[in-house]
Amino acid sequence: MNWGYFASQLFQSLLAVLLAPLMLGWVNQCRAWLQNRTGPGLLQPYRVLFKLFHKDAVLAYNASWLFRLAPYVVFSCMVLAASVVPLVATDLPFSLAADVIALVGLFALARVFMALAAMDVGTAFGSLGARREMLIASLAEPALLMVFFTPALISQSTALTTIVEQLAHRELHLYPSMAFAGVAFVMVLLAENARIPVDNPTTHLELTMVHEALILEYSARHLALMDWAHALKLMTYGAIGIALFLPWGIAEAGNWAMMPLSVLALLVKLAAGGAGLAVLEMVSAKMRIFRVPEFLGVAFMLAVLGMLIHFLLEV
Amino acid sequence: MNISFAHQMINLMAALLLLIAFAMLSQRRILRLIHLFAAQGLVLSLNTAIVAATIGQPELYRSALLTLFIKVLLLPWLLRRLIDRLNIRWDVETLVNIPTTMLVGIVLVIISFNLALPISQLAGTITRSTLGIAMASVLISFLMMITRRKAVPQVIGFLAMENGLFFAATSTTYGMPMVVELGIALDVLVGTFIFGIFFFQIRETFDSLDIHHLEKLKDRE
Amino acid sequence: MLLLHVVLAIALYWLVLGSIGLVIRIERRALARLLFPLGALGGLALAVVAYPALSGEPQSLVLPLGLPDLPFHLRLDPLAAFFLLLLGAASAGVSLFSAGYFEKGGGDDIRLICLQYHVFLAAMLMVLVADDAYLFMVAWESMALASYFLVTTDHRVPEIRRAGLLYLIVAHVGAMAILLGYGVLQLGQWNYTFDAMRANTLAPTWAAVAFALALFGFGAKAGFLPVHIWLPEAHPAAPSPISALMSGVMLKTAIYGLLRVTFDLLHQQMWWWGVVALIVGLTTAFVGVAFAAVQTDMKRLLAWSSIENIGIILTAIGLAILFHAFQMNLLAALALAAALFHSLNHALFKTLLFLATGSVMHVTHQRSLGKLGGLIRRMPWVAGLALVGTLAIAGLPPLNGFASEWMLFQAFLLSPGLPNSYLNMFVPVATAALALVVALAGYVMVKFYGIVFLGQPREEFADAHDAGPAERAGLLWLALWCVILGVAPTFVVITLDPISHMLVGATLQESLQQSSWAFLTAIAPERASYSPLIFLVVIVGVVLATFLLVRRFYHGRMRRSPPWDCGFPAQTARMQDSAEGFGQPIKQIFEPFFKIERHHPSPFDEQPQYSSKIEDRLWYWLYLPIVRFSERLSSFVGVLHHGRISLYLAYSFITLLLLLLLVR
Repeated sequence: MNWGYFASQLFQSLLAVLLAPLMLGWVNQCRAWLQNRTGPGLLQPYRVLFKLFHKDAVLAYNASWLFRLAPYVVFSCMVLAASVVPLVATDLPFSLAADVIALVGLFALARVFMALAAMDVGTAFGSLGARREMLIASLAEPALLMVFFTPALISQSTALTTIVEQLAHRELHLYPSMAFAGVAFVMVLLAENARIPVDNPTTHLELTMVHEALILEYSARHLALMDWAHALKLMTYGAIGIALFLPWGIAEAGNWAMMPLSVLALLVKLAAGGAGLAVLEMVSAKMRIFRVPEFLGVAFMLAVLGMLIHFLLEV
Repeated sequence: MNISFAHQMINLMAALLLLIAFAMLSQRRILRLIHLFAAQGLVLSLNTAIVAATIGQPELYRSALLTLFIKVLLLPWLLRRLIDRLNIRWDVETLVNIPTTMLVGIVLVIISFNLALPISQLAGTITRSTLGIAMASVLISFLMMITRRKAVPQVIGFLAMENGLFFAATSTTYGMPMVVELGIALDVLVGTFIFGIFFFQIRETFDSLDIHHLEKLKDRE
Repeated sequence: MLLLHVVLAIALYWLVLGSIGLVIRIERRALARLLFPLGALGGLALAVVAYPALSGEPQSLVLPLGLPDLPFHLRLDPLAAFFLLLLGAASAGVSLFSAGYFEKGGGDDIRLICLQYHVFLAAMLMVLVADDAYLFMVAWESMALASYFLVTTDHRVPEIRRAGLLYLIVAHVGAMAILLGYGVLQLGQWNYTFDAMRANTLAPTWAAVAFALALFGFGAKAGFLPVHIWLPEAHPAAPSPISALMSGVMLKTAIYGLLRVTFDLLHQQMWWWGVVALIVGLTTAFVGVAFAAVQTDMKRLLAWSSIENIGIILTAIGLAILFHAFQMNLLAALALAAALFHSLNHALFKTLLFLATGSVMHVTHQRSLGKLGGLIRRMPWVAGLALVGTLAIAGLPPLNGFASEWMLFQAFLLSPGLPNSYLNMFVPVATAALALVVALAGYVMVKFYGIVFLGQPREEFADAHDAGPAERAGLLWLALWCVILGVAPTFVVITLDPISHMLVGATLQESLQQSSWAFLTAIAPERASYSPLIFLVVIVGVVLATFLLVRRFYHGRMRRSPPWDCGFPAQTARMQDSAEGFGQPIKQIFEPFFKIERHHPSPFDEQPQYSSKIEDRLWYWLYLPIVRFSERLSSFVGVLHHGRISLYLAYSFITLLLLLLLVR
């Protein structure tokens, strides 16, 4: 393990943390263009974070230490997740720390802390948000695991690094099971990142909130960390999608010569993904909360079907 | 195109066929069902064209064109007109909820693949592993017919069954004789016309297309 | 002196401790404060003694007690040693907690409780070291009876009496099945020692019968579907330390029994046994978690969650049987290690959670979730340690629950291809079901922790105070092991190697040695690796770094205000989710699995009330018909009872005549 590896890891983590609000800003800007508005600009999320960090934190009288600890824990879970996923390089030191199952567990940890923090203040909206978020999670998490298992079966490994290497460096082979897994992955991405059609990230109507209701009581630096973690999560999911379905262009760790190229490839792919997400959000309407289990049930079944197709056609 | 690439493309088409069959199972709006049916026809004709290009049988090109014309253009247009005149664009209700039907669908896939295993080992074509998928999509369309309440999705299920059978024929025996194919196509067309007539009759008698009302035709209570 | 002698001495020590209270007059506080910590010491000693026995040679002993031609045979081999370690570690924590718990409440006669408690512990120990069927059944029955008396400690409450009766009946049905199983295993040679049974080779049909009897019999004690019906009644009815022991340790003795019979006494398993075990395990796990999500009583919630975890353990065992039957021994070792690891983890975090509910009940005298809330401020220690338990049971990294579930997923995924194509396609569906169960467990635990400890108190508790030092010590012991086992799971897996070697003939040592101790791997590091240590270090590090950076570059100012709540001015505690409300989405989605009785208010009610009751369908489909059938049978036989003495004398006379005629 030479210093090149650790430097690459640090570079990737910092890149992810600094780039995440930009991706969120890009998605919002695309939505604005599609809606024929001018839009707030690509750097708006940075300005919002800056503003929030400067404010005084206002906490409810009965908020406990869990409430104050949760934003930090959620943020650090997302930083770890972004460090584990091969964004710009494979074979980084932290990539051995978590395989896809541990990655799903990491997202679950962050989500449980958010839900507990929401229930801490004891308002109706907190428990509403917690209940809805855990419901969506209990259906999206198995679907996500199944989506991961299809490439895991193809490359005979659950380590993301190995999956990327196997899928990128093999000759071009069409895997129908990956088609199923891809559709299911997009559905799970929409559900887990609180995008339309599952949840509206810009809603101010309380009964349509899921993610917003979880962070309703937060302000100032806590809210900034939660928002930043949310943006990091979206970017990490995008990176996972790229690693599974479009893995070309990710460098080997320590290969600094390839690094600018892989960063450029990452930016291009994330930009395309963000634009696609904006288009998806534009053409869909938000579903009733009780249609969401059906939506996620379909994603789950598609993912299981993908695994079955792998056994049927590709073994 | 070389064999292995063609093989992958055909596998992809088979997977897409199954994906569309599952999507039809989970679809609630009738218009989208018709679009999915048209997409299924497109996948079928593409598949026939690929098989034709690989093994060099020009007859299959004609078969592909026929499929394109009838299943992608004619039948969906007929169905569109039908539902426009019947004025039924509402959500389709199911007897059993959608995740359960999909679960049953998955079990059907497992069963049909295991049933098709000995046959596909006998067949000498390049597409034999897709026989299981074709059978599965037939069974899934049948399932769709069983679990729907309104009449139009049942028709679409019937037509989708025929799609599955066509795919099975293409994959194991490189297509059917043109006579058989034309005959089946004509049967399907005539069947659709008759269905349309029946729908109007049903709606006039019961004021609704819910097939539960047909149970009133029982002899005794 | 053999380790086995020390183990026996500990059993004797526990029995003596239990009887002290009956012999000498001590007042309640002194008894609780003195005897229970001594019992904890015994548990600790047991764990310390069992650890080296895990890697040693099997030791045997014959005691001159028991039947004339069947003295007590005892044996300490790696499998028994592991479960002894589990018993010792878990009971140490529970005994420490009980020192504080029984000091002030929890039952009328503390001397009897102390006796029954220590007899219970000693009986479980004897079950684990028994090497012949007779001692096994004696110890099994003692365990069942001791726990029955402990469950019915509060025997003045009718529900508790009813729960105890149900428990006793199902326990005895199970014991009969186990006894019949041993009868099949001894093949008519009248030699009931396990050694003789090991030497027997049974025909496939008889082996299947033995396996079925073992699955049913041990399942009745472990809580497999459909004989789980006693668990949600008995575990909440018992005092909390007893519920903890029952859920944490007693269910694992049943798992031990199943493993002993399936892998040790029956050499060759058939693959379809594995499929049956998988299906039963997955169904049990799913039903357990679905019912846990809709409970309104915190101890019933934990009891159903125990059923779910036992289902997961059985799934792992079924997978191990399947792999072993197809000679894939390395994967069988992986699945078996996952099953054993999860048993240990469940023993730790379930006892921790039940003990936490004990502290809560001690202070609030409430079991119902609808009357609790906001206890994190009044009981910080209990809440903090219960948080560790909640995160562990929800299967979240880097704690121990996740490590064993990770291993189980790896065992499912790394199966290269079973010979039967139906089975091959069954594996993804089974994996999907397991993933669903694990995700729903997170839901259940957020509900549990959130409603009990977080939010605003739904009722005011005048004297809510934190737990005493003994209780804290017990909780801390268990929570500490949850964290340690979570961060260093490789040590546990390496320790389990002798067991895998003994039962399935393969070990995981080579695959683990390919990477350092900080990484848990399955088969090979490139295929799968997980490092809980890095998780813990990075998460804690980034939390601290973010905290300091934010304070350095911005500020850490804070002020308090009423909650925002979207501007609603009136904020009462009743506006939070109740237990029914939090479980309502699961109730709606999985409605076919529950039997729901709803009482809706009518528009004309002056005080409208809504109530819904959720029951187990199996009670109405399976148990009530059996009960009615046996009542009918008894009423037929009851015809013979007239109460007239002359008729009874006539019965004896007729029997005598018949005997004289027949035995000429």
